[in-house]
Amino acid sequence: MTVTPATQELRKESRLRSLADFYVTTMRTEIQTQFQYRAATYMYLLGMVAEPIIYLVVWSTIADSSGGEVNGLTAGDFAAYYIVWTLVRTMNIVFTPYGWEWRIRNGELSGQLLRPLHPIHYDVAQFAGGKIPWLFYYLPIAVILTLVFEPTFDVRPAEIAVFAIAIWGAYLIRTFNQTALGLVCFWTTRVGALFSLYIVLELLLSGRLVPLTLMPDWVQTLAWFLPFRWTFYFPIETLVGDLTNAELLAGLGMQLFWTLVGIAMFSLVWRFAIRRYTAVGN
Amino acid sequence: MTTLRVALLHLRVGVMNDLQYRVNFALQVLQSILAVGVGLIVFQLVFSHTTNLNGWTHSELLAILGVQSVMAGVVHAVIQPNMMRLSEEVQDGKLDHALTKPVDAQMLISVRQVQLWQAVDIPIGAVIIGFALARLGGNVGVLDALAFAVALVFGAVLLYCFWLVLATGSFWIVRMWFLPELFEGIFQTGRFPVGIYPDWLRFGITFLVPIAFAITVPAEAVTSRLDWQTLLFAAVFTVVAFAFSRWFWRFGLRHYTGASA
Repeated sequence: MTVTPATQELRKESRLRSLADFYVTTMRTEIQTQFQYRAATYMYLLGMVAEPIIYLVVWSTIADSSGGEVNGLTAGDFAAYYIVWTLVRTMNIVFTPYGWEWRIRNGELSGQLLRPLHPIHYDVAQFAGGKIPWLFYYLPIAVILTLVFEPTFDVRPAEIAVFAIAIWGAYLIRTFNQTALGLVCFWTTRVGALFSLYIVLELLLSGRLVPLTLMPDWVQTLAWFLPFRWTFYFPIETLVGDLTNAELLAGLGMQLFWTLVGIAMFSLVWRFAIRRYTAVGN
Repeated sequence: MTTLRVALLHLRVGVMNDLQYRVNFALQVLQSILAVGVGLIVFQLVFSHTTNLNGWTHSELLAILGVQSVMAGVVHAVIQPNMMRLSEEVQDGKLDHALTKPVDAQMLISVRQVQLWQAVDIPIGAVIIGFALARLGGNVGVLDALAFAVALVFGAVLLYCFWLVLATGSFWIVRMWFLPELFEGIFQTGRFPVGIYPDWLRFGITFLVPIAFAITVPAEAVTSRLDWQTLLFAAVFTVVAFAFSRWFWRFGLRHYTGASA
């Protein structure tokens, strides 16, 4: 059978459409699933919120005891930074390398490989869908944090718009980085140490631990050349900082760049990794 | 006496089991060093902007970090694995195997699982405490050392009681996968003296989650800041918490309906 250019076009279009359908359906399913386990999700989010509260309390204490500010940041600024942090964190929680370890060790992956779509689509869609109920759960937490810690905000509409996109950029960058790391499990099913190293780098270079301006200069410079700062510091700064429109757009551009790098890295590792997969039983 | 012997035997088997996996030891050391490293870097950042944090100096905070590391080792090596296993067995209906044995069930469910290599946090913590004390320069008196040891025991028992109450919750709420995440998040508050937190939070991490007793109080003892009233209060609280958790565990058991073959 000869394939005319016209039918080729048609196939491509229907493939895209079915992919979109797939995303919508998976996300919808996940939204419903996540709404079922309210108590568990809440407890998980509470554990997550403890981390920024510690940083916030420590730095507000320092700000108050040293004349109201640290490097120009007041207690109110820290409150704003870490409250937005919690929202960004809620959005950038992704499928971890531990998930891959479990998947490969238990042979769970066999079934997923038989499906017509690449397994990565399931992860991306599933976690993206989960974000919507999580945002609902997150809202009361945000209200309480705002009442307790009294942040100072000064936001422009353009910043809100960029923020709404940037949190998804952060989500994608983290997804592909951590998935690429997860693929290491095809060689060794003890990814824990490597993942810890990744998290340490992220803590120090992303603004997750402290606003990057509190870091030594060389760390700030280093952070410019790595993907981490685009997953925490940039989305947070869109709301909290005073970025110009050009800086906002440049930031989104960098997020796009690192997402593409992540996809490329993931695809490359996947090609070698998948050849090593063997499973017994199931 | 038999109870104690059975407990020790279980722990020994657990240790021997983990001794087979030597590579895990190296990996765990690496992970612990990373965790401690982050703690040290945070202190470095904090003290590059201030000279004391709510009355605690750099060296004194190191002592807190050391105690936190020791407690993390205790929890991760013995307490958490047993409690997660309890929770999973309630979910799967497998708890019958433990309940039908002719020894105290609470003891048995508390010693069946050991993750030996997680315990490397204990010597690492001890080294940090030693380093902190050397930097502080003052002599730790016999009484301080004794108070420190006693406070550590109270702290460990309180953390055990806390975990037991949570895990007993599995009899009502079946899905408890979030427990380690929740605990880990809250446990990190212990890296700083509880005094810096706002009142509501300080109350929470003193009486709901016993972080203050488990970490700040022993650290106060070893840095000669502790008064005997606090230690006495910790003792009373430990006894009450232990009695409560035991009662709660038995209460929960009545809600257990086995499902195994």
